[in-house]
Formats: sequence, structure tokens, C-alpha cells
Amino acid sequence: MIENSENLEEAVSIRAADKVFNPDSDNEVQALLGIDLDIKEGDFISLIGPSGCGKSTLLRLIADLLVPTAGEVKVFGKTANQARLDQDYGMVFQHSGLFDWRDVSANIELPLELKGWSKADRQARSREMLELVRLEEFKDHYPRQLSGGMQQRVSIARALSFEPRLLLMDEPFGALDEMTREHMQVELLRIWRETGTTVVFVTHSIPEAAFLSSKVVVLSPRPGRIHSEITVDLGSRSDQTREDPKFFQATTEVREALRAVEAS
Amino acid sequence: MTKRKALRTALTVLVTLILFVLFWEGYKWMGQQTDDHWPGTGFGLPVSTDDLTMPHSGDIFKELTDDIRAGRETLPMTVYLAKKAGFTFLEAAIGFSLGVIVGLVLAIFMLRWRFAERGFLPWINVSQTVPLIALAPIVVTWARLQGYPDMVGISLIATYLTFFPVAVSGLRGLQSPDSSDVELMHSYAASWSSTLIKLRLPAARPFLFPAFKLAATLSVVGSIVGEISIGTKTGLGRAILDFAQRYAVWPERLYSSVIAASLLGLFVFGLVNAAEWLVIKRGREVLK
Repeated sequence: MIENSENLEEAVSIRAADKVFNPDSDNEVQALLGIDLDIKEGDFISLIGPSGCGKSTLLRLIADLLVPTAGEVKVFGKTANQARLDQDYGMVFQHSGLFDWRDVSANIELPLELKGWSKADRQARSREMLELVRLEEFKDHYPRQLSGGMQQRVSIARALSFEPRLLLMDEPFGALDEMTREHMQVELLRIWRETGTTVVFVTHSIPEAAFLSSKVVVLSPRPGRIHSEITVDLGSRSDQTREDPKFFQATTEVREALRAVEAS
Repeated sequence: MTKRKALRTALTVLVTLILFVLFWEGYKWMGQQTDDHWPGTGFGLPVSTDDLTMPHSGDIFKELTDDIRAGRETLPMTVYLAKKAGFTFLEAAIGFSLGVIVGLVLAIFMLRWRFAERGFLPWINVSQTVPLIALAPIVVTWARLQGYPDMVGISLIATYLTFFPVAVSGLRGLQSPDSSDVELMHSYAASWSSTLIKLRLPAARPFLFPAFKLAATLSVVGSIVGEISIGTKTGLGRAILDFAQRYAVWPERLYSSVIAASLLGLFVFGLVNAAEWLVIKRGREVLK
């Protein structure tokens, strides 16, 4: 992890971004309004807020899966569209989205296949990735033979297989039980440290946001706006950190921000 | 595991067959005792039980092994029917293959362009309401006028029946992936055709194979109806037609040809099942 953030490049920079769904119709929805957000390279950012605050929509603007109605989204200094075409980011969804008909390594190789990598290169990279997420012995298993947590690890391995500099995660641990979830959080931090990837992480869990992030971005709903940005510094974290007063302090800070959002 | 399953299936088929024969003979025996009335009532039985309407099952099976004179040669009925069925199978196989291709192309076309879905789907549905018996002679006449053998026309009729389930289920299958799966492919900047090949077509398989099974049996039905309605020189349809004309003399023969037709249907169904096993279940992949 690089501590000196002064001379680092912006990974994501969003200026005055609006998103309106179904404009000029009866069911027009102002999903996001006037979003300004900078994410530095190497950061771990969480987007948190009540449902309907547009956190997933914001993630999809960065991913160029949605196009802003107004404003500008830059990823590594390029347009979001160019960044998607250059495959500067990997994405992980709430449901692992692994393909049933591919075994674990074939799932990890999918993006490499689309990039036209040779079979030998793909297999070598897939082995590396399985090592990273510690699932070496499951490479020939099919997704349905794995637990939810293991499936999500494969999904992370797939997203990182082509070494993107940015990892976008949409409530990736939302469907996991609490114990698996906490374990996955520690694993994700380890992977983040080992790869130095910038992470943007959508969640609705306060402890999850506080535990993982270097910065928590709190959104307020209808229309979705950035309410506040909370910097968290828990240093290197482990399961013991969850009992640390500093962790308690961080969750309290995020919780109070969310209460203020609810009250407004 | 699979061996035991196959054995169980074979056993089930055998038991079902025995039960059916018992029912057939039991009903016939009862009818014979009561002069075709429900016991103790004046109500007549729905099907009369004389030897012309319901020959003994033993006689039907015996007929299968008896000889039949076909032209200048004499051969056992099973061989005779197998030859006829072989011809029908060829027509059905061509019809099925064409139907699958046409159905898939239509499904992909409707997936690609929404207006095609809106425009085509109603017509695809309407196409199946046209009575086959009226359509068959038209198609065959067209084929004959072009100088094609009857087989071509008959295969086209089978195609007409088979493309429908493939197109309809195929479209549903191609549309089945979750939006997040499609977003994933989009995030990889995958082209429309890569998304089709890597995601949509594999995801459509659980929808396609049931449609293929339906299409396979329909292709046999279509071929036989096609043969009957135009009066070909060979094929199971011809055999059925011939035996139907001599039903009053030899009812067992028509029954044996009906058995041959259903066995052919079972055979093509089994072929598709085997193909499904090869494509989907050979790995340890588990489907929904």
C-alpha cells in the first residue's frame, strides 16, 4: 500500500453528474443530482446510503454501464466509455454471475478469452488468480458445487484476472451470511493490499463500510446526492480490529451520518 | 449410478407395458363376458371388444414376427416395418435439422431486433394453426412441380412443425440471462456476437433441449402425416395407409404399424436425450 497520496493520479473523477431515468415521461426519476467525487489511485471507497439513494447507479456511471444525463465522468483521465473499452476496471456483482456451464478456471478465463489470450497464457493467469483467492484445489469444480463465499471469490478472481487498476463492487457480500461476510472482508483487504487495485464498493452495511474503506461516501436519497465523505484510518486490519475502539468510533461516525440523512 | 438409473428406466418401461397388456386383455375379457356392457348395467362400453376392434395383444405381437409379402419378396413384419421406418426416419431427420436451423435463426433474429419479435411472433403462432392435412398436399405439389422427389416435400412439412417450438423456446432461452450477466459482458466490451456465443446460447440450452425433444417427435408425426396425405410409395405412412385399407381383414397389421410409429418416435426422442447428456451433463455441471 502506498501511503504518500500527494502525487498520485486520480482514478475516478466525477463532475456535476446528474442521472435521470425515463426523462420527460410520467415515471421520470431523478436518480442522481450534482455528484462531485474524486477517487485517488489506491483508495478503497465505499458508497453507502438508504435504498433508492442511487449508489448502484453511481457505480454504473463509473462503469459506463449507464451514461450520465449531465456532467462528466472520467476514469484514469479518460472518458468512462474509453475506460470501459480499454477494460480499465473489473466488476463484481451481488450475485456472483458465474456461468453455470463453465468450471471455475473457465469462468476466470472468460475475460481473457474475450481479449484473445492464448490458452496457455489464460491457464497460467487463472492459476495465479486461484492462488490469490486461495481456491487452487477447486479449479475443476462447477459454480453450483461451491458455497456462496467461494463463488464470490471466483467472481473477484475473474474481475482481477486481466489486472485492471480499478475494481467496482456492487454489494458483493450482500447475499452471504455474517461469518462468511466478515471472513470475505478480511480476504478482500488482503487482495487489495497485494494487488494495489483501487476499489469502489457499494454496500448498505455500516460496519462493512467502516471496516473496509479509506473513505466512506454517504449518499442521501431522492434525488441521490453526496451527503458527506468520512475518512477512516484503521491501519492494517484483521478480525481483531472489529473489537478496537477506533472501529467502534468509525462505525458510529458513519451511523450518525446516515441518521442525519434519514432525518433530512 | 447412471447404470442403475438406466436399469430402473428399462424396468419401468417393461412394467408399464405389462400393465397395459393386462388392462387391454382384462377389458376385452370383461366385454366378452357382458356382451360389451358395463357389468350389471345396461350401459354399453365405449370401445367394443370383438377381435376386429381389439385383437388379442398376443396376436398383434405374433403379427410382428409373421412374414409379409412385399412385392416379389417375403420378409418378417419387423424387418418390413423397420425398412419403412428407416425411410420415415430419414425424412424426419432432415425435417428436424432444417427446423432447428430455421427456429434458431428466427430466435436470434427476434432477439437482435425487437421489431422482428413484435412482427414475427404472431405469425409464427398463426403458422401452427394451419391444419397440416390441408398444408401437406400444397407443399408437396410445389416440390413436385420443381421436380424434387416427394421426400423433399415431406421433410419440409416436418420442418414446418419442428421450427415452432425451437423458435419460441429458443427466444425465451436467449433472453434468459440476468441483466447483471449482460452487464458483465458489456463491462468486458464484448461484442453482440461474443455475448451471443459465450453467454446467451449456452444459457439457452436448458430451454432448447425440451424444445428439441418436442420437435423430434413432431418431426416423425409430420413425416407420417405428410406421407399419408400425398400417398408416397414407401415410409411408415404408406404402411399405415395400406394396412388401414385392409383393417377389416387384418386388424393386427395396422396395430403393428402403429407400434412401429411410436417406437420410431421413442427412438428419435432417445437420440435427443443422448445428445443432451453429451452436451450438458457430461461434465459435473448441474442445471437448474
